[in-house]
Amino acid sequence: MPEPRFRPGDTVRVMKAYPLGHVRTPYYIRGHTGVIERICGSFPNPEELAQMRDGLPAQPLYRVRFMQKEVWPGYRGNAADVVEIEIYQHWLEPA
Amino acid sequence: MIERGHHDMGGLPAGKVKRTEHDYAEWERRADALAVLMGGKGVTVDERRRHIEALPPEAYDKLSYYERWIVALTQALLQRGIITTAELARKMTQVERRA
Amino acid sequence: MKDQGKYQALTYFQLMEVSLRELLVEKGLVTEQQIASAVEDMRKRTPERGARVVAHAWTHHEYKARLIENGTRACEELGLDLPALKLVVVENTPQVHNVIVCTLCSCYPRMLLGIPPDWYKARNYRSRMVREPRAVLAEFGLKIPGKTRIRVHDSTADMRYLVLPMRPAGTRGWSEERLAALVTRDSMIGVALAKQPRSK
Repeated sequence: MPEPRFRPGDTVRVMKAYPLGHVRTPYYIRGHTGVIERICGSFPNPEELAQMRDGLPAQPLYRVRFMQKEVWPGYRGNAADVVEIEIYQHWLEPA
Repeated sequence: MIERGHHDMGGLPAGKVKRTEHDYAEWERRADALAVLMGGKGVTVDERRRHIEALPPEAYDKLSYYERWIVALTQALLQRGIITTAELARKMTQVERRA
Repeated sequence: MKDQGKYQALTYFQLMEVSLRELLVEKGLVTEQQIASAVEDMRKRTPERGARVVAHAWTHHEYKARLIENGTRACEELGLDLPALKLVVVENTPQVHNVIVCTLCSCYPRMLLGIPPDWYKARNYRSRMVREPRAVLAEFGLKIPGKTRIRVHDSTADMRYLVLPMRPAGTRGWSEERLAALVTRDSMIGVALAKQPRSK
């Protein structure tokens, strides 16, 4: 199994892509930049499992933290509020 | 319309949360159980999710949670050839006649 | 097993459930007993299980640290059976409030807490909690102070989340059982605080 590409603390950007198929990277976060909060482990790719394939090799899954004020225009709340999302490695690029 | 799945609703405007709760009916609990058991036979939650996401938006909005589940599970089983449409039709007719 | 169909007209979807079940049993893929067991199994999974974990964490500092480090393993320490659950436990403090949502569907730590409530799976909660958590929490009657940071967790993939609510004041020396009764399902989702002890 390949080594995870990112480590906690790395700044990453979510790909700004809108492919068809079963995707677990929410629309609202595509193109946004965040910080790796932790590596969750490696799991079979759900996009492939959804197509009745085995999803292997397992892919690293990360929890990525985003500042709410950067995700939502006009966000009202504490400037330190965050949203944390699990994202598969192939959706992330170094930022 | 296609670019964003109808299920992919994070951040979209919506109304106040209706804090409804209901005691799940037996058929709903059985639907849940069937999905879990078939998961043990390799019918993944990911496939079922894909089938739910493929529901027409109006159906997605109007069907209850387990109504969506049972449709999605059926579609997954049909796709895998675990059941056929003809078998399902025969069985549904049979069950209806009993009631 | 009681069959609703014999006593009242089935909806299209109930008809599908009965038909699917009978076909799968006929094909030998499941048995009625397995279905009954699975239903019973889910019935037994109630928020009380999560409440036990929270109460134990409140009273055991090192356990709490292990729970936050690896939620599943720590729950299993207490003898809880959690097939395939990958649990992340997030702790509320006076500085940080956590709340869980699954914007894409309805992911929830079912094996620990049971079946999620309707509103958790419905459009309004799923759409708005990531974008305006304070407004949605206010609709639940929970006002989070402006100086408290909110972490919204969108349960998008393989992990499932449990909020560890703050231990209410005025509970010093309480037994775990008594503490667990203060821990509601909603406090473990993050839309409520744990119950306050009733004043004397």
